[in-house]
Amino acid sequence: MAEQTAKRPVSVPLMADLAARGESPEVLFWVGCAGAFDDRYKRVTRAFVRILEHVGVSYAVLGMEESCTGDPAKRAGNEFLFQMQAMTNIATLNGYGIKKVVTACPHCFNTIKNEYPALGGEYEVIHHSTFLQQLINEGRVTAKGGESFKGRRITFHDSCYLGRANNIYEAPREVLEVLDADLLEMKRCKTNGLCCGAGGAQMWKEPEPGKKDVNIERAEEALATLDGDAGVLLNLQGVESTAPVLPAGSNRGGSVIAVACPFCMTMMADGVKNKDREQDVQVFDLAELIASAEGLNA
Amino acid sequence: MHFSIQNILFLLVAVAGFGLFAWQARKIRANILVGRDRDMSGHTSERLWKTLLVAFGQQKMFKRLTPAILHLIVYVGFIVINIEVLEIMVDGLFGTHRFLQFLGPLYSALTGTNEVLGALVVLAVVAFWWRRNVGVVRRFTGPELRAWPKLDANVILYVEVILMVALFLMNSADLKLHQLEGKNLPGAFPISQFLTGLLPDSLTALVVLERVGWWAHIVGILLFLNYLPSSKHFHIIMAFPNVFYSRLVPQGQFSNVDSITHEVKAMMDPSYQVPAPATNPDGSAAAPTPFGAKDVDDLAWTNLLNAYSCTECGRCTSVCPANLTGKLLSPRKIIMDTRDRVEEKYNSPLIFHPSLYGPEAKHTPQEQFDKENHTLLRGYVTPEELWACTTCNACVEACPVNINPLESIIEMRRFLVLEESAAPNSLNVMFSNIENNGAPWAFSPSDRFNWADDLFVAKK
Repeated sequence: MAEQTAKRPVSVPLMADLAARGESPEVLFWVGCAGAFDDRYKRVTRAFVRILEHVGVSYAVLGMEESCTGDPAKRAGNEFLFQMQAMTNIATLNGYGIKKVVTACPHCFNTIKNEYPALGGEYEVIHHSTFLQQLINEGRVTAKGGESFKGRRITFHDSCYLGRANNIYEAPREVLEVLDADLLEMKRCKTNGLCCGAGGAQMWKEPEPGKKDVNIERAEEALATLDGDAGVLLNLQGVESTAPVLPAGSNRGGSVIAVACPFCMTMMADGVKNKDREQDVQVFDLAELIASAEGLNA
Repeated sequence: MHFSIQNILFLLVAVAGFGLFAWQARKIRANILVGRDRDMSGHTSERLWKTLLVAFGQQKMFKRLTPAILHLIVYVGFIVINIEVLEIMVDGLFGTHRFLQFLGPLYSALTGTNEVLGALVVLAVVAFWWRRNVGVVRRFTGPELRAWPKLDANVILYVEVILMVALFLMNSADLKLHQLEGKNLPGAFPISQFLTGLLPDSLTALVVLERVGWWAHIVGILLFLNYLPSSKHFHIIMAFPNVFYSRLVPQGQFSNVDSITHEVKAMMDPSYQVPAPATNPDGSAAAPTPFGAKDVDDLAWTNLLNAYSCTECGRCTSVCPANLTGKLLSPRKIIMDTRDRVEEKYNSPLIFHPSLYGPEAKHTPQEQFDKENHTLLRGYVTPEELWACTTCNACVEACPVNINPLESIIEMRRFLVLEESAAPNSLNVMFSNIENNGAPWAFSPSDRFNWADDLFVAKK
């Protein structure tokens, strides 16, 4: 777009300020540690806030009152630390009378949705893929007026904590449908999706000795899917279905590996970098794709 | 009816066969119940429905079509042919001959179906054998599938062929006997009618062959029944309770340790009343249970039920991201280790004892075998395996009988971290970051809201 888009500053509403005014938001946006601190995923947080602002959802964030959900501690076996974190967060959320939580992190989503209720934290928790799908279905987001993805190749990498952990497979795909791109499925997708390698606290440690890092294995599959590289796809292991569906024509570049998880984002981006393919394949979160298709970046 | 010494002999054989099996089953039940208590009551209709789909309906097998069809043939063959076993039992006890023949056309349908299924079972078993020994499907290899587990898998296939051959020998000899005597044998025999030519024409020989087939079939089944508790083939029974008692909650939901909940609540609220610790029947304080699992009796009974339901198919390991990329972790091995360890520490079924397999059958390489800590953790499963897990649930999703290797992995991680403080150092750094900064990375909590600085949105 040649002309300078008009923009307005966003002052992200803090829950403490709303509470002081006696207001309560429709939904609390749980940012998560990656969304708050990881430079790459901060862009996802900002993209998601732009969407919230654009559609006019009443929302708030906890800001500095937010703390780690405890997910990495729990997966690593430190149940004590997990429960300390959980109960602190539950005290904060219950103190504000929070009813509904949306988050862009499948790990936060899974933990708050499934593991907080038994500790006294019961909320309606939705992942941002489901939230975006609802906005699209309601016609509040059309993915028009911004960057066009028409004809570009996109493959979605399932996050374990969204997919197998919580059976959310269709929402992210329906979000991508609206982009009018060429959506390609990896052979290991949905229930059979291959982990990026970061779950279970692997994000914070070196992998055990082996032949290869998991994210390289997954990045190779994603790249072969976008490229239509039959040789690589036929030799994948741990596959249930048989013949891969190959895209017509060659990869024209500008292809996207779509993710819906901060750790998948890091792992897939590292994998693409390792394969020296950053120039023609990018890794984006669903919220970033929607925000730029809707023309919200400013 | 021709009541004879054969019937008394049969009664003795049957009582011995079923009695021995009941004796073995009791030992296994006791082994499973050494696991920690876990309330799995309630949700009966939901559990029955799941059992119907996953266990009876083989739902998860159909993720891979070729083995699903082969397995379905053997499974349906097993169920239908067992109706004939019922007839054999009655004939054996009361000296009747094909007592179900009063069913008339239905009997013809039953025997005909049996014969066709019997032939298909033989073909399917040949295909299974090929996949396991010649075509070599990758998941049938691996360090845990050596020695006994490898032999066991083939023994099952050989026994199934022997049982089918016995069935056809019995039917074709019986058929030829009736033909030679000018009588009509009730039932339909679409396969055996082509086999009669292979048999001798002597009536005496045919009588003997029919008896040999009959006895071989039923004695073979009773022997096989008693082989099950030592074999991966035990899954034909255990799959059903295992699926019934499998988790109904989302796969991503890990258990919250109750004793820790009490401690944390007491820390946050001094007025919180921690429930009184468990006591022994004599009133003395019971030994506190450790956090997590060091040995099999620290696992829940459902985890031990898992171990007895495993058929070592390796679907879990074949989709495990750690295993696919060459790490030591194999979810199948952890389940097999659990079963070996529980039989080593507690009751072993009659026939095989894990210590008889020899060191080459151990799933853990000898150099890693920790003799000091001869427990499930370290004695069988090494920390390196446990730390390679990404908790991605691929193994849980892949298991056709709803075994959950992830639960056991997490329980052992809990023991390593909470009882031994033996987490990898980088994870200890992550823990202290969470404790000090409320984030797994070393960022200051005061920077947590910086992402919102200088944020603009396009005006539309």
